[in-house]
Amino acid sequence: MKETTTPVPEIKFVKPKKKLTPKAIALKVLVYTFLITNTIFILFPILWIIGSSLNPGDSLYSSSMIPKNPTFIHYKELFTKTDYPIWYKNTLKVAFLNMIFSTILTTFNAYVFSRFRFKGRKAGLVTILVLQVFPSFLTLTAIYTLLMQLNLLNTHIGLVLFYSGAQIPANTWLIKGYFDQIPKSLDEAARVDGATNFTTFTRIIMPLAVPIIVFLALTSFIGPWMDFIFQSLVLRTADKKTLAMGLMEMVTGQTNTKFTLFAAGAILVAVPITILYAFLQKYIVEGLSSGAVKS
Amino acid sequence: MEDKKKFAWLSYIIMGSAQIMKGEYIKGIFLLLVEVLTIIFGIPYFAHGLWGIVTLGETKFHYNEKGIAVFDHSIFLMLQGIISILLILIIIGIYIYNVKDAYKAKEEKKITLRDKIDRNFHYIFMTPGILALLFFILLPIIFTVLIAFTDYSSPYHLPPRNLVNWVGLRNFKELFGLKIWNETLSGVFVWTVTWAILATVTSFFVGLMWALIVNSAGVKIKKLWRTIFIIPYAVPGLISMLIMRLLFSGPGPINDFLEHLGLQRIGWLTDPHIAKITLVLINMWLGAPYFMALMTSILTNIPKDLYESSDIDGATAFQKLRHITLPMVLYSTMPLLISSFAYNFNNFMLIYAVTDGGPVNPNYRYAGHTDILISWIYKMTLNQQQYHMASVVTILIFLMIAPIVAYTFTRSKSFREEDLI
Repeated sequence: MKETTTPVPEIKFVKPKKKLTPKAIALKVLVYTFLITNTIFILFPILWIIGSSLNPGDSLYSSSMIPKNPTFIHYKELFTKTDYPIWYKNTLKVAFLNMIFSTILTTFNAYVFSRFRFKGRKAGLVTILVLQVFPSFLTLTAIYTLLMQLNLLNTHIGLVLFYSGAQIPANTWLIKGYFDQIPKSLDEAARVDGATNFTTFTRIIMPLAVPIIVFLALTSFIGPWMDFIFQSLVLRTADKKTLAMGLMEMVTGQTNTKFTLFAAGAILVAVPITILYAFLQKYIVEGLSSGAVKS
Repeated sequence: MEDKKKFAWLSYIIMGSAQIMKGEYIKGIFLLLVEVLTIIFGIPYFAHGLWGIVTLGETKFHYNEKGIAVFDHSIFLMLQGIISILLILIIIGIYIYNVKDAYKAKEEKKITLRDKIDRNFHYIFMTPGILALLFFILLPIIFTVLIAFTDYSSPYHLPPRNLVNWVGLRNFKELFGLKIWNETLSGVFVWTVTWAILATVTSFFVGLMWALIVNSAGVKIKKLWRTIFIIPYAVPGLISMLIMRLLFSGPGPINDFLEHLGLQRIGWLTDPHIAKITLVLINMWLGAPYFMALMTSILTNIPKDLYESSDIDGATAFQKLRHITLPMVLYSTMPLLISSFAYNFNNFMLIYAVTDGGPVNPNYRYAGHTDILISWIYKMTLNQQQYHMASVVTILIFLMIAPIVAYTFTRSKSFREEDLI
C-alpha cells in the first residue's frame, strides 16, 4: 500500500490519461458490458426472425435461431404459394400515392399559412390545431360510412384520400414552422424579378426546405406499410389486400403454421425500409427534433 | 362606371349578374353556375339532409305490397345532414362574396389571367387542402360527436333493420351511472394513464442512458454503437410488434430458453400483471432509439464551459448529470416528452398487435386487462357494435388529450412566433 500511494501524484500531473487506475478499468469494463448486453437485447429479436425465415420447418415450435440446414424455400413460397406479390404491389401503390398527395396538400397549405396574410388566417391555424388533437383513428365508423356513400369502399384511392387528409393538421404546423425560418427577403427578391407566387414556391421555398420535405415524404410513404386498422376496414377483397393485412393474418390467424412464411415476409418488408432510413438518417433526426425547444 | 354599378343590387337575386355586366365573364359565369346548381340539385338534397338529421328517419324497415324493402337508413341520413350543413355554409360564403364583389368597381387596368391567378394565389392553393380537411377530418369528427347522443348500437338500433334515435345525454349518464360501465371506464382509464407515463418515462431514460454512455469520452467506435442502437427505430413498427408477440408467446423462444435453464415458463402475455410489464418492456425496445437519436444532438449542444467550471468546483460525475445534463435535456425535450405521452396514451397499434387487450377481464365490459381506452373503443366499435358508447369514450379522450396537446403547442417554436393568443 505504501509503495503504490507515492507514484499517484506523478501520474496525475505528468500523464493523466495514459495509465489506467483500477477504478477506470472497472468503469471501462462496466461500460462495455452495458453496451454489449444492450446490443444483444436489441439485436436478438431481429436475428431470431432472420434465423427463423431460413428454417426448413414451418412452425414456431420447431424453428431455431441458427438453423442446421438453412433454406430459402420460404422466400420462394411467398411468391409462388401466397398473394405476397399482390400485397407488395398494393402497398407500394398506396404508399406512393399517399406520399405524393400528402406532400402536395401539406406543403401548399404550409406555404400559404407561412407567407400570406389574409382574412381567416388565424382562425384557420387555430382550427387546424384543434383538429389535430382529435385522433383521426377514432372516427372509424364515420370514415367507413363516408367512403360507402362516396362509393370508395374497397378502393385504394379511398384509403389514400383518407390518409392524406388525416395527416394535414399535424404536418401543416411542422412544415409551416420550417418555412417560417426561411428569410422572407428571398421571396421579395424573387417577386421583384417578376416571379409569380407559384414560381417563388417552386424555385425558392421548395429547394430550401428539402430536409423537411424529405422527412414528410418519407413518413407518409412509410405510414401505409404499418397501418392495419383502416386498411382492414376499407379493403375487402383479396386482390386489394396489403402487406400489413396479410402479415397480420399470418400471425394472428387460427392456424399458426405459417410462422416461417411470416418471418420471410417480414424481412422482405423490413430490409428496404431499414435501408431507406439508414440513407435518410440525417433528415429524420432533423425532422424529429424540430419539435424540440432550441436554445 | 357608375351606371354599371346600378345593377349591383341584381346580384342579390342572380349571383354573378353584376360581374357579367362589369365584363368579368369568368367570375360571373362561375357564380351563376353555383346558383343554378344550388337551385336544381342543392335544395332538394339539403331539404332531405336537414330533415334526415333532425328525425334520423321515420320509415321503419318493412316490405311494401310489391315485396320491396322500404326503409330509412338513419346513419346515412345523418351523414347527408352533416354534408348538407357544410355545403350550405360554403354556399353562403360564396353568396356573401358575390354581393360584396358586385359593389366593387371594375379593375381599371386590363390584367392578364396570369396576374389574376397570382393575386388570388393563396385561395386557389389552399382549396384542395381545405376540402380534404373538411371532408376527411371535420366531417367525421362531427359525425362521431353526434353519435354519442344517439342510441346507435347492436342489437336493437342497427340500421338498416332498425331506426336510430336521438337520446340526449342518456349514454353519458349510463357510462358514469351503471356499475359495469363505470368500473370498466375507471379501470381502463387508470391503466391507460399508468401505461402512458411508464412507457414514456422508461423509453426516455433508456434513450438518455444510451446517448450518455455512447457519447462518453472512453467509448471507442461511437458510430457503430449508435447505429446498432438506432436499428429498432428503422425496423417497421408493426413488424417488430408482431415479432415480439411471437417471441413472448407461450410456446415462443423466450419460454424455451427459460426451460433450458431449468426455469418455469412464464405467461408473458397471459398473466394480467406480467402482460402489462411485458408491454412496457416491448415499448422500451421500440421507443428508446427515438429518444437516443434526439438526445445525441441535444447533448452536443450543451455548452462545454458548464462542465469545465463544475470540474473546477470539484463536482462528481453524478452531480454533473443531476445538475447540468438532466435539466438541460429536460428543458429541450419537454414538448416532445409530452407529445410522446399523448402518443402512448393512444398507442393503439402496440396493444392491438401484441396482446389485443388480453387477457380477458370478466369484471369489464368488452375490455381486457391490458386494454387502453382507445383499444377498448376499437373493440366496442368493430366487435360489439356499441357505436354510441364508443363515441362517448372518444369524446372523453378528446377532452383529456386536448389540454395536453394545446400546452405542447403553445410552447413550440412555430407557435410562439405566431402569437395567436
